Amino acid sequence: MVSSVEKTLVVMPAFNEQESVRAVVREVFEKLPGITCLVVNDGSSDETSREARAGGALVANLPFNLGVGGAMRVGFRYAIENGFDNVVQIDADGQHDPAGVLALLARLDTADMVLGARFDGEGDYSVRGPRRWAIAFLSRFLSRTARTRLTDTTSGFRLSGPRAVRLFAEHYPAEYLGDTIESLVIAARAKCVIAQVPVAMRVRAGGRPSHHPVKAAVYLARAVLALFFALMRPPVSLQDAIVAPA
Amino acid sequence: MTAASYIFGVLSALLTLVVVIEMLRRRRLRERHAIWWLIAGTLALVVGVFPNTLVWAAGIVGIAIPLNLVFFVSVAVLFFVCIQHSAELTVLEAKTRTLAETSALLEMRIGVLEARIRESEKGHSPGSEAH
Repeated sequence: MVSSVEKTLVVMPAFNEQESVRAVVREVFEKLPGITCLVVNDGSSDETSREARAGGALVANLPFNLGVGGAMRVGFRYAIENGFDNVVQIDADGQHDPAGVLALLARLDTADMVLGARFDGEGDYSVRGPRRWAIAFLSRFLSRTARTRLTDTTSGFRLSGPRAVRLFAEHYPAEYLGDTIESLVIAARAKCVIAQVPVAMRVRAGGRPSHHPVKAAVYLARAVLALFFALMRPPVSLQDAIVAPA
Repeated sequence: MTAASYIFGVLSALLTLVVVIEMLRRRRLRERHAIWWLIAGTLALVVGVFPNTLVWAAGIVGIAIPLNLVFFVSVAVLFFVCIQHSAELTVLEAKTRTLAETSALLEMRIGVLEARIRESEKGHSPGSEAH
């Protein structure tokens, strides 16, 4: 296998996740022996940082909350500076099963970016109503941009190969939904090959996803707007991204 | 137009210009942020000193009531100032974000270095840290 676990960095953005982060980090090391895990504490006001360290993870502390996009860029930059080839994002709330990383890595031989998708046969996770329509709409649109069938574009469970890591260390967006939607657009337009692998998703340890119709409608509107602006922006090529970070 | 309103107009325009130039002089305002206020102050001074230029300019663009040109230009200037501030804010946010990321990464490196120093001070052979 070309893509090894040792060359892969788990990046776990964590904002006030003191209840779950230690257990999730433990599970990562248990299911993926030899992997390195970086928890990016995104300006938490609780004990997230200490809990993550107690679990055995490396911890990067952001001085204030930047959102998932900012936390992930720390991860990508750390990966580049420390010689990791791949970066896999795992949520700190225990929603993603670390065992799925092996399935993502196996697919990396022919892709630059692999998404772990729910609603693809595996797992017992389901979303209904306007939120589901939003996800379906985004999937259809982004599948066309990415030139492959994507069913779950808002999934945070994703693995970036060497080319995508170089691209994202420079160009990972920090805006709302940028970490899911715009990052896909950026990767697709930089000619990265995007693939999808079905993975099981678990119910989040803390709280359930919102099903409130108004919130879902606002989400849909913001998602469409985010997509619109992502498509409007001039594409970045991978050549630009190779330039060493300042 | 009475002499009083004439003087009032000229003095108002002069006051605007003096405030902006004084702030520029004391480096309380950067030139690129002051440019719209300078343009507005200069226009106000010209119109204040020669009120007929307003009638003439309104005639050129076909505005029947010259005063409406004043309102239009005022709104336009405020619009550009706001846009400029929004753009500057975006740039500043991007810079702050990069600084925060760099600070987090540097903090990690300091932690690794401190651990190494502690280890070598204990008298152990300076073992190489994994990360």
